[in-house]
Amino acid sequence: MIVAERKPLEEIRGFIEGFERVLVVGCGGCATVCLAGGEAEVKIVGSALRIAARKEGRRQEVLEDCVTRQCEPEFVEQILARVKEEGVTALLSLACGVGVNFLAERLGDIPVFPGLNTKFFGATEELGVWVEMCAGCGNCMLHLTGGICPVARCSKSLLNGPCGGSTDGKCEISPDVDCGWALIVERMKRLGTLDELAEITPARDWSSSPHGGPRRVVREDLRELAAEAEEKSVAASR
Amino acid sequence: MKSGSNLERVLEAGHFAVTAEIGPPMDCNGEVVLEKARLLKGCADAFNITDCQTAVVRMSSIASAVLVMREGLEPVMQMTCRDRNRIAIQADILGAAALGISNCLCIAGDHQSFGAAGRLKGHPGAKNVYDVDSIQLVSILKGLRDDGRQQGGDEVEMRPPLFIGAVWTPLGDPIDFRPFRLAKKVEAGTDFIQTQGIYDMELFRQQMKIVREMGLHERVAILAGIIVPKNLGMLRYMNSSVAGVTVPEELMGRMAAARKAAGEDKAQARRNQEEEGIRITVELIEQARETEGVRGVHVQAIEWEQKVPEIVERAGLMPRPAPSPAA
Repeated sequence: MIVAERKPLEEIRGFIEGFERVLVVGCGGCATVCLAGGEAEVKIVGSALRIAARKEGRRQEVLEDCVTRQCEPEFVEQILARVKEEGVTALLSLACGVGVNFLAERLGDIPVFPGLNTKFFGATEELGVWVEMCAGCGNCMLHLTGGICPVARCSKSLLNGPCGGSTDGKCEISPDVDCGWALIVERMKRLGTLDELAEITPARDWSSSPHGGPRRVVREDLRELAAEAEEKSVAASR
Repeated sequence: MKSGSNLERVLEAGHFAVTAEIGPPMDCNGEVVLEKARLLKGCADAFNITDCQTAVVRMSSIASAVLVMREGLEPVMQMTCRDRNRIAIQADILGAAALGISNCLCIAGDHQSFGAAGRLKGHPGAKNVYDVDSIQLVSILKGLRDDGRQQGGDEVEMRPPLFIGAVWTPLGDPIDFRPFRLAKKVEAGTDFIQTQGIYDMELFRQQMKIVREMGLHERVAILAGIIVPKNLGMLRYMNSSVAGVTVPEELMGRMAAARKAAGEDKAQARRNQEEEGIRITVELIEQARETEGVRGVHVQAIEWEQKVPEIVERAGLMPRPAPSPAA
């Protein structure tokens, strides 16, 4: 999932201070799973903002909503409709950065503010602990490294083994951070594939990563299906 | 000869090589570099110029290398992967070669969060690069030199004559993987290796045995890294905080005894420890020299460079072979 963490309330309050009618929107996807921006968190943030406004004597109405996912057109429609109908003057999104962007492109002159700091692609290690496991670099090499990612889990994204900074399985940046390459070596030993690491991984092409510029994925098969469906419905309506 | 560098020539001729380290200053005072160069002249075959070591901004390796050349020393320019992408790395390598630099040591570089292990502010908020790793960097330099090709495939008309080096942490974790990591560096085209500082010669010899069994010592010139210990505190710090370095109890005991022998006299305690440190260094050099497959030493006297000539002298490694005419 995309792991996010709520921004400090103080910072959020600063964003929305001058707006009369603010809609706090949660997301039922990753932000809910990582307990940062789902229905429950929308209620908490909404209440906190209302209390703050009352305390400071500001006239501010705080509305709440939560959609299935803030990153798909069909689910954000209801938000856009509500903004129009209820005269919302600003949005606070408790989705990841994708949700904020997606809304921003559709909201015309209404501002949307981020309620979360989007952290990384990760997994739940235990309750309250999330760990980064994928860097979204666009060209997966996990088949070469026993399923453990050196791009995401080595602090230097080294591709040919551990640097000299690995100590007792920990990274030189902190004793709290596992050395990604120590994990890879251990894993490949268990799999009996350690000798595969003898192969030199050449300098890689990073153009599939964010370094190649903003990315998009286009699936022509799906686009054709959509076009066909559209044609059929037009034909049927004649 | 691949590069014609003095270091290459010394190794080629079968001499036991000596390199030392010069750390550039944190300002633009070239006189500091020149002064260190004058102190060290003649006591080693080439001199490593560190590249913002411990992730602290210092005078650039390339500029400092040119400064030491003015004093007649041959530099080993260090190049980290932390601060430059492959475009900048290759541009700097071509520039360095044009300026007459002929040895380059390829290293990943300490992470920017390191900041001299907290002793300086550094730039922990910096964005790092690591476009390529140290092994890929070796391959890139080899490609420029031997194939006349940039990493991207474009042709290099005048090829940079480089003696290509890399580092090896023989006692780093995971320790059984370390010889394989060395093998990859050799496979990538490293001409010489400088190791992380070694105090535990017994463990190092075990690793060297594996290296010999793999035949790596015949394909690459391995220079054992020796870090000169100044006092007990430094040994303790190296043992606890520097990755890949373990200090045997026996050495720490010797240093502690040297300090204790001075009683309450602090100045004497310092002198005793410094003398013991130099004795330990000389012994380590001798032990490294007796280790089959080790073809030289890399002596690092951190901010204590003036002691290197005495150390090399006492280790019986003076005078150094006369520099080649090109150097």
